[in-house]
Amino acid sequence: MNGVQEWLKRLFLQDRRAVAKLISLVEDNIERHQIMRAVLPRTGNTLVTGITGPPGAGKSSLVEALTKLVREQGESVGIVAVDPTSPLTGGAILGDRIRMQSHATDRNVFIRSMGTRGHLGGMAKATADVIRIMEAGGYTTLLLETVGVGQSEIEIMHLADTVIVTLNPGTGDGIQAIKAGIMEIADIFVINKADLPGSERLKNDIEMMLGMTGQDKAWRPPVVLTSVYENRGVDQLQAEIKRHHAFLRSSGRWKIKWQEQLQREVWRHLNGQIQEQFNSLWPKLLSDAAIAEGTDPGQIAEQVWSVMMEEMKKKND
Amino acid sequence: MSQTRIRVLVGKPGLDGHDRGAKVIARALRDAGMEVIYSGLHQTPEQIVEAAIQEDVDLIGLSIMSGAHLTIFPRVKELLKQQQAEDILLIGGGIIPEEDAESLIRDGYAEALFTPGTPTTEIVDWINDRMKLNRSKYF
Ligand SMILES: Nc1nc2c(ncn2[C@@H]2O[C@H](COP(=O)(O)OP(=O)(O)OP(=O)(O)O)[C@@H](O)[C@H]2O)c(=O)[nH]1
Ligand SMILES: [Mg+2]
Repeated sequence: MNGVQEWLKRLFLQDRRAVAKLISLVEDNIERHQIMRAVLPRTGNTLVTGITGPPGAGKSSLVEALTKLVREQGESVGIVAVDPTSPLTGGAILGDRIRMQSHATDRNVFIRSMGTRGHLGGMAKATADVIRIMEAGGYTTLLLETVGVGQSEIEIMHLADTVIVTLNPGTGDGIQAIKAGIMEIADIFVINKADLPGSERLKNDIEMMLGMTGQDKAWRPPVVLTSVYENRGVDQLQAEIKRHHAFLRSSGRWKIKWQEQLQREVWRHLNGQIQEQFNSLWPKLLSDAAIAEGTDPGQIAEQVWSVMMEEMKKKND
Repeated sequence: MSQTRIRVLVGKPGLDGHDRGAKVIARALRDAGMEVIYSGLHQTPEQIVEAAIQEDVDLIGLSIMSGAHLTIFPRVKELLKQQQAEDILLIGGGIIPEEDAESLIRDGYAEALFTPGTPTTEIVDWINDRMKLNRSKYF
């Protein structure tokens, strides 16, 4: 399609309308392959910083505060705010921009909100594409916010090279985080709203838990206290992000991470394809009575697998 | 599989702090399957248009209770034109006297204006109908 080429050309000239349009196309699953093929060679050099944590922890406020620092240092910022909690089939209200208003007319800050759309291959696949389009559009700092502490958020956070887990004092957040398995993915802990009582205690709790779990020894996640209200600790948070970026690059962890991310991403695509093929085959298998009642599902799966392989061979011949 | 969603920016320009109406509309649009970007109170036209471009919305809905509609709609429209983003539709609601509403629409500053008390289903239907005709969003 001619239009896509035109938008791609404009993307590489760092035109933000092209960034916006190409994101929409990819999200709508229109010409995705063509777009990503053109975009990918221009990506992969920028480390992505992810911010997650429970609802209302102050993630967007921190993103805004970090963005302010980064802008003062002259870098441009691309922000993806994902809300994976919106109902799978329905619409969404995406409100993260409310807390990011101070950059609303800064052309060097690009903010994009995403809801769940029941994306084939999951939310994470679409999010990965969006981040790459921003990088190809010239944004040099990439921030990814996602709310929540469930499986889909962890999936999305795997796209980030540096993961910040944001918690609040006096909320029982620490315990929730362990339960949700979020401790394992954190590279940096932030205790935001440190203007409220209980921050030191939460910090001690986290430090203690870090001492107990078998963390990656080469990197011990620091615990940073911030208060966006009192403008405290955000510069220290930025310093820790930079330190972690430097660690990733110097230790070779970046390469390993990249391989892990690639593996996950390839799997997501495969998974989507397999699912699609399975869904189209299944009704036929059932109606052909190829499957006797009372058969072990594991055995059926093996049968289905060989049918799928045959179909694939036929397609390739 | 189509993953297309209608995307709407609900904006609240001006100095008044009433966003109840805006929130009711936002929820109705969400329930109708749309993605609603809500950017909070006290937005300037510049902020609204920049957000609309970055979020690549199909439509901007402005809620205006402050009486500033005669300046805000033309200003937003002008900014959209400057950005070559006139494909983004502009509608509104709030307290707008009928003769002002008529002139705003006649002069092309708004596609539709809904008075308070309009059933939300009417707004949803209007948007859905327009979007059916308006799928030239990309090219
Ligand atoms: N006391 C205090 N409140 C804060 C601080 N930072 C943010 N808040 C408030 O916490 C609330 C939530 O802030 P957001 O930045 O929207 O939090 P979030 O984690 O992005 O929220 P969701 O995206 O809805 O999950 C807002 O009312 C903020 O004003 C802080 O440092 N101290
Ligand atoms: Mg937020």
